[in-house]
Amino acid sequence: MSPSSLIATERVVKRFGTLLANDQVDLDVKAGEVHALLGENGAGKSTLVKMLYGLLQPNEGKILWQGEPVSLPNPKAARALGVGMVFQHFSLFDNLTVAENVALALDTAEPGRSVAERLVAVSRDYGLPLDPTREVWRLSVGERQRVEIVRCLMQRPKLLILDEPTSVLTPQECESLFATIATIRAQGCSVLYISHKLEEVRRICDAATVLRQGKVVATCDPRQETAASLARMMVGNDVGAVRHEATESTSPVRLSLRNLTVPSEDPHGTGLKAISLDVRQGEILGIAGVAGNGQEELFAALSGEVAAPRAEQVVFDGVPVGSDDINARRRRGAAFVPEERLGHAAAPRFSLSANALIAGHAANGFVRRGLVDSARTLSWVDAVTEAFDVRKGQRDPEARALSGGNLQKFVVGREILRKPALLVVSQPTWGVDAGATRLIRQALVDLAGQGSAVIVISQDLDELIEIADRIAVIFHGRLSAPLAGAGITREAIGLLMGGSGFPDEREAA
Amino acid sequence: MTLLEAIILTVITASTPLLIAAIGELVTERAGVLNLGVEGMMIMGAAVGIAVAITTGSSALGVLAAILAGVGLAAIFAALALGLATNQVATGLALTVFGLGLSGVVGAPYVGLQRAGIGKIEVPILSDIPFLGPILFRQDPFVYLSIALVVGVSWFLTRTKAGLVLRACGENHASAHALGYPVLRIRFYATLFGGACAGLAGAYLSLVYTPFWTSGMTGGRGWIALAIVVFASWMPYRAAAGAYLFGGLTILQLHAQSAGVPVPSQLLAALPYLITIVVLVLIMRVRSQGAAGPQSLGTAFVPDR
Amino acid sequence: MRLALERRAQTTLAMQIASPLIAVALTLVSAVVIFIALGQDPARALHAYFISPVSDAWGLQEVAVKATPLVLIAVGLALCYQSNNWNIGAEGQLLMGAMAGTWVAIATHGTPNGPWVLPAMLVAGALGGAAFAAIPAALKTRFGANEILTSLMLVYVAELFMDWLVRGPWRDPQGFNMPQTVVFEPEATVPLLSDGRLNIGTPIMLVVVALAAFMMVRTLKGFEIRLVGEAPKAARFAGFSAKRLTWLVFAISGALAGLAGILEAAGTVKQLQPNLSPGYGFTAIIVAFLGRLNPIGCLIAGVFLAITFIGGENAQIMLKLPLDVTRVFQGLLLFYVLACDSFLLYRVRLIRGAAA
Repeated sequence: MSPSSLIATERVVKRFGTLLANDQVDLDVKAGEVHALLGENGAGKSTLVKMLYGLLQPNEGKILWQGEPVSLPNPKAARALGVGMVFQHFSLFDNLTVAENVALALDTAEPGRSVAERLVAVSRDYGLPLDPTREVWRLSVGERQRVEIVRCLMQRPKLLILDEPTSVLTPQECESLFATIATIRAQGCSVLYISHKLEEVRRICDAATVLRQGKVVATCDPRQETAASLARMMVGNDVGAVRHEATESTSPVRLSLRNLTVPSEDPHGTGLKAISLDVRQGEILGIAGVAGNGQEELFAALSGEVAAPRAEQVVFDGVPVGSDDINARRRRGAAFVPEERLGHAAAPRFSLSANALIAGHAANGFVRRGLVDSARTLSWVDAVTEAFDVRKGQRDPEARALSGGNLQKFVVGREILRKPALLVVSQPTWGVDAGATRLIRQALVDLAGQGSAVIVISQDLDELIEIADRIAVIFHGRLSAPLAGAGITREAIGLLMGGSGFPDEREAA
Repeated sequence: MTLLEAIILTVITASTPLLIAAIGELVTERAGVLNLGVEGMMIMGAAVGIAVAITTGSSALGVLAAILAGVGLAAIFAALALGLATNQVATGLALTVFGLGLSGVVGAPYVGLQRAGIGKIEVPILSDIPFLGPILFRQDPFVYLSIALVVGVSWFLTRTKAGLVLRACGENHASAHALGYPVLRIRFYATLFGGACAGLAGAYLSLVYTPFWTSGMTGGRGWIALAIVVFASWMPYRAAAGAYLFGGLTILQLHAQSAGVPVPSQLLAALPYLITIVVLVLIMRVRSQGAAGPQSLGTAFVPDR
Repeated sequence: MRLALERRAQTTLAMQIASPLIAVALTLVSAVVIFIALGQDPARALHAYFISPVSDAWGLQEVAVKATPLVLIAVGLALCYQSNNWNIGAEGQLLMGAMAGTWVAIATHGTPNGPWVLPAMLVAGALGGAAFAAIPAALKTRFGANEILTSLMLVYVAELFMDWLVRGPWRDPQGFNMPQTVVFEPEATVPLLSDGRLNIGTPIMLVVVALAAFMMVRTLKGFEIRLVGEAPKAARFAGFSAKRLTWLVFAISGALAGLAGILEAAGTVKQLQPNLSPGYGFTAIIVAFLGRLNPIGCLIAGVFLAITFIGGENAQIMLKLPLDVTRVFQGLLLFYVLACDSFLLYRVRLIRGAAA
């Protein structure tokens, strides 16, 4: 008898304004199955599972539970059916104990002692030992995830959804998690496992649904597939325009990172591990990877917002600059565009001229003897507006008044107009309209054409394939060797993004 | 009655209003709300309490009115700081100034009018035990109420789900919201409770401690109650210890002066504040990743859907 | 039923100007209601409160004298609050400054001294206030201790310290056992500018306001202060250090509070005594918020509050209105200002259904 369907979606559609996050998605998770949901960033995985957990409502289509259509207006309804979810970002209370954290997530008012006892039993049964009296702030990230999982398990779910569970775990903790998932399945509970890591999916999942750009592109049994074939499904099969010559560039190296290891400032983040890279003058080096693999930490190390442990680990035109702060690096000719437009690259309630000052006060000549020259900042705003076609309502509006695309053009333009010797930009066209996207990418290519070195950190593979000369992939804080020329195929990149080809940390541990 | 007995009794009466106000503010802060307006709510309680007591002739009505006055002021604070997400520091200070002023206006017709203070409750037989008897079993109802508050609040916070949820709102309002709890509503009730206690503490001052009204009679006790909450690391039993420490030192330094003790009385009086600062620093050092006090304390919560 | 707050996309200049004006208007309306409730003629009462203090030269001088310490302290506090440093201990810093300056006065008392005494006192006052403010700054930057609570506790410590000095080592032996220091010599007092009580404290305050306004608008440091409080990640992107800024703004506001303290001691009172400050350090916090954390705004708000203080005294004399009514107005005004400011940031909607 074939296993019955536990939860399924039928032609589900979800729109956010004009963005089609899920387009006619069919998903079928069977009872007792570990089902992977594979895809890159923006593929629509989070949106889909949020609908399964009652956080979002589908615009069209049906959700079926054990074959019957259901409506899930909120998480409580989903939990009542038997759906549990462990998010990527935990909602825990650091100063409270494990038992208290679990009790808060339960829908019934159970006396504390009973919660603690049940918690110890459940955690033991599933191989996730927990001490109910410990405060959460003392726990490691892996232990915190255990609390989240046990929270769900205590409500006796029939389906457990795990959103990128291993992105923050050590190799040993991963093994532990896989054992737990096996136990969960043995107890008859299904698991919906969201991931971009191909090896894991091949190892523990019975079935997989692959999403790309909001649509289902394939369903398969990952155990029958190779990593390469999964990668092709995930990122596409096109050969792609190979615009770059196969010859290696011989220009001098502008920037190199040597064996840089930096812990993340965020306790739940991914630190950098022994990163080495070279960027030459006139080249665009792309850094691909799924979000959460250390991109923010890499940007902070490159910009100087976080100092390197040793100065020689970051070398700029032959000079060790690892201890230089961001303005010292700017004075040497570097420029930076961070990922977060509002809040990091620009202060939302400040005017554009003030925002020009943020990035330019050290090296643009805006400041003389401590005094700000507002005329110069304003004319800089005019220059950027002109060169980058920034559409705005007044001459100098607040940053938050601009649309995403126009603000991005400004934030990128204010750096490029300086003709920096090195430009590091993260997610240059995320959330930006097509016209602005084209303009920004062309500007990056032109800048490299004039001899600058450019590093582009991006989750958009199309973008990197279009403009980068070489592409390296960041995974779990490590950087692959860059792919160049004819070696740049979607399959190769997809494999690296999924973790193949990276040193197996379990062996090193 | 020996001198020691007398001292202990005065310490109890000095500490009780501090304890009552501190317990209320403790609950408010555990929910994540920093209400600096305790002084204003307390003195309004004192003024309204005695005004109603003299006008109606009933102490009980006076106490009730005082509690309502505290709740009323707390509601103003809540409407602004929780409803409109105004800056909690500024709103609390405004409340203090407003309450101080309004209390003066309300209390003006009653300045200096004496009335019999609320009497003590005597537990028969037990209160005749030498020494311990009067101390433990012959106190005014507020003293017993203050102890009951400490026990009750402690039980509520640590042993009930509602208390756990309240603490969760103060620790991490985003997570509490994600789990589906009505953060603002819970904070609202916690704020009102703080106001009720502050009003009650004020009533103690004007109806028991010195049973008449003078302008500014709280004398900064509201600020001391805030210090006690921090000193106590937001825990009820420690708040009791803190209240008695502050109250005790206040009495002691008066006696030390007359006894010719070489330590300056001001140093003794300053000790609780200095200790509180040390406690604040120590808490941060002991927990490198945890936080001192409710993590979301004082931050506005504006849920975005 | 609950209020839902949605962030606004833009705040127009018109709204920014209208907000405090609406708050003032609401306060005046409330004032009229209160006057009527107290059985007073609202017109006469309003006149006593707001017109009489500024109706003659003497009144204007009194307003200036009262406003000077308020504005001096508020300007420093505005710098702190703009950068997310919540200095609540200005009262203590004021007292410490008064004590530091008084130490110079006492040390030079009775000795032949020259015109350098007073400047030395003022500098000592500023340094004393700054040093005292460095304590909560240090505790915040090194240990992450909440500066609201530490600076507040230190206010009591400062008050008690001054109480001890004034009743003990510094008590005037010829002072009839009153808790006060010797009366400062003429060289150690702040010179008057007229036959009223106006002294050089007021011009000093105006210079400070001008310098602060200039700094906030034209200098990079002023930009840094605003940015650190507004968008900390962008501030780090700009290469600004929040910790170093904490030290700076605490030092500045401590210095200004200390300066205000010694100006009070050496100007209005000419000695040090326990009730030197009727809570200027706390009232200045209100002035800072009323002034929207802007130096010029602080000047306007400080003058306005000083008018209400003096108006309150006048109303007490002329109309037997209790002094406490002034405090009620000040509290109400701040409530209204905070509420109106909230409408600048958020659009408020009433929603039926469960609370958030």
